[in-house]
Amino acid sequence: MPQVTTPGAAAEPKKYRPNLKAPRTPANEEPAAERACDFRPVDTGYTKADALLEANRCLDCKKPLCMEGCPVGVHIPEFIAKIRDENWAGALDTIKRDNLLPSVCGRVCPQENQCEGKCILGKKGEPVAIGQLERMLGDMADEVGSAPVCKPKNGHKVAIVGSGPSGIACAGELAREGFDVTVFEAFFTGGGVLTYGIPEFRLPKDIVKREIDGLEQLGVHFEYNAVAGRLFTAEELFEEEGFDALYLAVGAGLPRFLNVPGENLPGVYCANEYLTRVNLMKAYEFPTYDTPIRHGKNVVVFGGGNVAMDAARTALRLGAEKVTLAYRRTEAEMPARRAEIHHAKEEGVEILELVSPIEFTAGEDGFVNAIRLQQMELGEPDDSGRRRPVPVEGVTHEIPCDVAITAIGTKANPFASPASGVEANKWGYIDTDEDGRTSNPRVWAGGDIVTGAATVILAMGAGKTAAHSIAKTILGA
Amino acid sequence: MYQILKKTQFSEKVFEFRVAAPRMAKKAHAGQFLMVRADETGERVPFTFANWNPDEGWIEFIFMVVGKTTRCLSQMNEGDYLRDVTGPLGCPTEIQGDRVTVIGGGVGLAIAYPVARMLCEQGKKVSVIMGARTADLLILTEQFEALPLEHLYITTDDGTAGEKGVVTAPLERICEAGEVDQVFCVGPVPMMKFSALTCEKHDVPVVASLNPIMVDGTGMCGCCRVEVGGKTMFACVDGPDFDATQVDWNDLAARQASYRTEEAASIAHLEEACACHK
Ligand SMILES: Cc1cc2nc3c(=O)[nH]c(=O)nc-3n(C[C@H](O)[C@H](O)[C@H](O)COP(=O)(O)OP(=O)(O)OC[C@H]3O[C@@H](n4cnc5c(N)ncnc54)[C@H](O)[C@@H]3O)c2cc1C
Ligand SMILES: Cc1cc2nc3c(=O)[nH]c(=O)nc-3n(C[C@H](O)[C@H](O)[C@H](O)COP(=O)(O)OP(=O)(O)OC[C@H]3O[C@@H](n4cnc5c(N)ncnc54)[C@H](O)[C@@H]3O)c2cc1C
Ligand code: SF4
Ligand code: SF4
Ligand code: FES
Repeated sequence: MPQVTTPGAAAEPKKYRPNLKAPRTPANEEPAAERACDFRPVDTGYTKADALLEANRCLDCKKPLCMEGCPVGVHIPEFIAKIRDENWAGALDTIKRDNLLPSVCGRVCPQENQCEGKCILGKKGEPVAIGQLERMLGDMADEVGSAPVCKPKNGHKVAIVGSGPSGIACAGELAREGFDVTVFEAFFTGGGVLTYGIPEFRLPKDIVKREIDGLEQLGVHFEYNAVAGRLFTAEELFEEEGFDALYLAVGAGLPRFLNVPGENLPGVYCANEYLTRVNLMKAYEFPTYDTPIRHGKNVVVFGGGNVAMDAARTALRLGAEKVTLAYRRTEAEMPARRAEIHHAKEEGVEILELVSPIEFTAGEDGFVNAIRLQQMELGEPDDSGRRRPVPVEGVTHEIPCDVAITAIGTKANPFASPASGVEANKWGYIDTDEDGRTSNPRVWAGGDIVTGAATVILAMGAGKTAAHSIAKTILGA
Repeated sequence: MYQILKKTQFSEKVFEFRVAAPRMAKKAHAGQFLMVRADETGERVPFTFANWNPDEGWIEFIFMVVGKTTRCLSQMNEGDYLRDVTGPLGCPTEIQGDRVTVIGGGVGLAIAYPVARMLCEQGKKVSVIMGARTADLLILTEQFEALPLEHLYITTDDGTAGEKGVVTAPLERICEAGEVDQVFCVGPVPMMKFSALTCEKHDVPVVASLNPIMVDGTGMCGCCRVEVGGKTMFACVDGPDFDATQVDWNDLAARQASYRTEEAASIAHLEEACACHK
């Protein structure tokens, strides 16, 4: 509610009193049974009224712990205060100072380990729904109109390889600094994992498109179907096309395999392929779209991360009757966002703990029809502090399936090194300093290709840091 | 968007497109491939570079109509635009030795032809064995005949053209005579498999260009995985050429058949749509 202000009141602003009794404002989620049938968004987001209620819960801490939890240091209490004032545009601008893609991060950040995980209210009750607020403001961008201003063109050209969150963030920063930016992308459209990995029901593609369109309006040039390392090298961009610097943000999308017998049977997918067919190539609209996908009745997904959750929930939406998520450890150790695990279970995904596949077998038609599983138990903690799964000697069992999907992690993309002339380290990743500089003075790198598979916000943070370093190096300021 | 500069029809089902792609034309090598997405709803399908010209900024590929995408492509014309063309992908073909036998079967002939032509241009002594089930399925015969080959062998299963039988018969004779240092083969799985066995028997090195189904062509999806020498390889980045004696052919054949039902549905859908337009 807007406060009625009288002249003079501004001199002595009324002290803000948080509503300490209010419970966390619930998310507006579609009923699980209905939403699991199609690809529409699971969560329709806060209304303005919801946002005001939620903003009133924030204690406006002097030492906001929430900010410590955010990898890019979004000024959380500040933007929440602006929400309370119904200064929507101001709130959005505050976020955008630190995070260019609030619509995206509000939806996909693992808030429970980051901002919300640190929020003081979480100590006793439920933390402020920072992600929901952030996402809502991001989605209001068109309404409140927040057009970033660019500095005049400075005549320097920067090439960015990869249009995932890291490349996008770097491009946005540099364009605002007045650089002439070209993003080279291997696929026919932008967004990286945001487009081909994370499904429509969790992150609508028109949001990603809007962000890319926004960059184009800032003058960023996108060149699609451009596979760096195959079509050009960094040296050629510098010597023949006059680029001054290159930011390498090619991600770490290479699939890992289990290396067990039968893994190459038809019907056994790695999540990358499964999700790419569905998200990028729109296989869920086959035959209107030409790319097919196998619709399993009984689908088993291996893994416990976000990728596994996305694959399992996608399989449900493709009409599976039973989707089982098989994980080596237990649910408590799953690295996926809590919200995703919760949503998956709510929609009917069953979790099978403490199993590891040892063999895929084929039916008469040649397609996978069963998986043999090794029973596991939790042993001593490993380096990550999680208890290591160890096989229970001699205990195996078999479960039927007609589609199996493996989501057990990824490796560095293969063309990073040939594209940049920078030697990859022994795991295929690129080493950089904290500003994103590589061993080549004109090449910077960041995102998953440096850190290994991580998060959207970290990839964006790296893009932004590199942009500042590039600007400083080139402009000498 | 990538404009079709020239369309050439070689036979009822075989076409060549010349497409404007200046950057790609500078980087293409024989044996590498590109991926085409014809329009917004299209699938990404791989085709081998048939020719390219860096000065004029175009690339060419030859395709045979086998399913929905290739049929749609065959209906496009000069001046039309392909939505997306990506490449060059895969590793260039590397052939050791001086005397090379190139074997092509079915659609594989479209891939074999540019390789044979490149080898001729490199001054190698090239023989070609063309194989098909029946005379109607032999493609690019005139083009092969125009190359400066040592020998051109033609085999058909039913004897309607060339000698009756399969490609391994002339291959066997070539190997016996010790007239070959290296064999390159591309075509249906059984053809490649038996070519590999024949060569292995005679200790002649043999490379097969594999054509599993692909999605991205950049090593990201794992769709094109094939088992070679007991290890999982990605045809799009590690290949498409592999030591044919090491390939798990059953594995490849099974994976190629993954979408038979859907491919048929796709064609049915297309025909339905065409019927509506009439
Ligand atoms: C299914 C899935 C779900 C996820 N869910 C979450 C989540 O909920 N929350 C979260 O925070 N994180 C999530 N992640 C992780 C997150 O998406 C990544 O950490 C993040 O996208 C990394 O960004 P990036 O820009 O480094 O790389 P990417 O997003 O991988 O983008 C790299 C881009 O570079 C392109 N490219 C690669 N090679 C070349 C080349 N040679 N030439 C030109 N272009 C090239 C690729 O096509 C791609 O577009 C998820 C990941 C996946 C796969
Ligand atoms: C590296 C490589 C190079 C190739 N070069 C040529 C070439 O120069 N000329 C040519 O005519 N053909 C070539 N092919 C084969 C060509 O890609 C397929 O014929 C084409 O995809 C068929 O598409 P379609 O929709 O018309 O047929 P569909 O109905 O989709 O399929 C018919 C057949 O093509 C195979 N196929 C389908 N989709 C794909 C796909 N995405 N990738 C690979 N195979 C598929 C199927 O296994 C099936 O046997 C090549 C394939 C590969 C992998
Ligand atoms: S960017 Fe992510 S971690 Fe930071 S405040 Fe927003 S939702 Fe939280
Ligand atoms: S820690 Fe929680 S209560 Fe405190 S400012 Fe941050 S969001 Fe508000
Ligand atoms: S086609 Fe995707 S990895 Fe080869």
